[in-house]
Amino acid sequence: MTSAMTTAMVKAEGVHKSFGHVQVLKGIDLEVKSGEVFCLIGPSGSGKSTFLRCINHLEKINAGRLYVDGELVGYRQKGDKLYELKDSEVALKRRDIGMVFQRFNLFPHMTALENVIEAPVQVKGVSKGQARERAMQLLDRVGLADKAGSYPSQLSGGQQQRVAIARALAMDPKLMLFDEPTSALDPELVGDVLDVMRDLAESGMTMVVVTHEMGFAREVGDSLVFMDGGVVVESGTPREVLTNPQHERTQSFLSKVL
Amino acid sequence: MTDIKKTDRPAETPPAGPEAIRAVPVRHYGRYVTAVVALTILGLLIWAFAGGAINWGAIPDYFFNDRILKGVRETLLLTFLSMLIGIVGGVVLAVMRLSKNPVTSSIAWFYIWFFRGTPVLVQLFVWFNLGFVFEYINLGPVYKDEWSDFMTPFLTALLGLGLNEAAYMAEICRAGLLAVDEGQTEASHALGMSHSKTLRRIVIPQAMRVIVPPTGNEVINMLKTTSLVAAVQYYELLRFAQDIGTTSGATVEMLFLAAAWYLILTSVLSVGQYYIERYYARGSSRQLPPTPWQRVRTHLTSLSSRKGVAA
Repeated sequence: MTSAMTTAMVKAEGVHKSFGHVQVLKGIDLEVKSGEVFCLIGPSGSGKSTFLRCINHLEKINAGRLYVDGELVGYRQKGDKLYELKDSEVALKRRDIGMVFQRFNLFPHMTALENVIEAPVQVKGVSKGQARERAMQLLDRVGLADKAGSYPSQLSGGQQQRVAIARALAMDPKLMLFDEPTSALDPELVGDVLDVMRDLAESGMTMVVVTHEMGFAREVGDSLVFMDGGVVVESGTPREVLTNPQHERTQSFLSKVL
Repeated sequence: MTDIKKTDRPAETPPAGPEAIRAVPVRHYGRYVTAVVALTILGLLIWAFAGGAINWGAIPDYFFNDRILKGVRETLLLTFLSMLIGIVGGVVLAVMRLSKNPVTSSIAWFYIWFFRGTPVLVQLFVWFNLGFVFEYINLGPVYKDEWSDFMTPFLTALLGLGLNEAAYMAEICRAGLLAVDEGQTEASHALGMSHSKTLRRIVIPQAMRVIVPPTGNEVINMLKTTSLVAAVQYYELLRFAQDIGTTSGATVEMLFLAAAWYLILTSVLSVGQYYIERYYARGSSRQLPPTPWQRVRTHLTSLSSRKGVAA
């Protein structure tokens, strides 16, 4: 990757978020470069999932600025005034950001194939035939071409998560968000999902991954951030942070999970 | 269920496992006693009715009488149209109630509070007697007429039942919409789908699984509740049956006849409900429950195979 060409896909400047009186994010500053795999680790309640959900505006930030691909998330700036985006404008931006959830959130009343073609057909207006063809390629890519006609309840957790990845990819996103994609899976099934993600990373996709899979982070990640209590405690390359943590809090966390 | 399992295994070659237990089963004497008591009471009841001065022959005589059949048609029509108003109104009210706009949600709340809180018979009478309050109905250039000409018994019945039903359907729909996991909405939004598309394509189809069973009950309830509109001069099954009863002198017999028709209609509706529920269950259970016809067939095949073993 040439450093001169890399631009920030996600840029956070002092991002704050609170739910009622509880402050979840207390000023997050970070930058995700285009084409990199960016891992977020930290104890539960540290705000890493909330931050991820702010990136595609599933949560509204209270203070700070958050940019995706150079554009402000959820707002439009005119002069020094901010205007909230309309729902339709937010939806338009979300098309380019794929998201994979901890609990898969596949549509249970649709088959795997129908799940994958739903958004391209309904949102982008792609013809059903074209969408189906592309969906079959994607299902094949995640190793589930033979499960196209199955309903989510007929699939294992790992298979469901791989369908969910294919569903997100069907919109041809420029950025993929993963919210603990393997946390709800049997240990045996984690590997299949990580393989798909590794393959995706190798294809050059920009990925922000909230994870507890330190092995994956070290092997595939380009950058890593350790969050705790709503702030970034430590950041660097995965190797630096995981093998030689500088901060005491990072050391005690890693000593428990590694 | 157990029959199917038995025949799945080839019966002529018992597995070469350990010897099966042959124990004397527990005798449930209490069950024998309750069965005898229940049967005795049932027998006495039948005996009492058989001894009553009931002209049973009148029922088949009038069963397919023209007026009765017209009554059945009117009852079905009224049920269908009232439920249509109820379901459409209920969906609108439920969405209003769940909307973030405080004005629409309060209006929906008030509507439901009012129409659920007053008896439907009272509502019917109110609609019927609104002529005392309004002399004319005036919708500007669209429509203008005397109230009594406009508010026919049919419209009274339809509005009374339909608007009341909308309040109940609103609560059923609201429960259904709330039952869909929030993650579904999030996933749909994350894919760039709009609010209305999310509702139409993702949430409502899943809510249907929760909405359909109580709606089936509502349809069956509505079919029976239509008998109330006899009070506002609308002629349907019960009213025709009563009329025939007074002219022919077979009052009770005609009530039995009406009851039989209601039973037939509700039974048919229950079968329809079963198939609709089955349709919306797709994806939620690994295998769809068998249709009644499929169940009959498996029972028949299991019977014949059992005979084959015995022979």
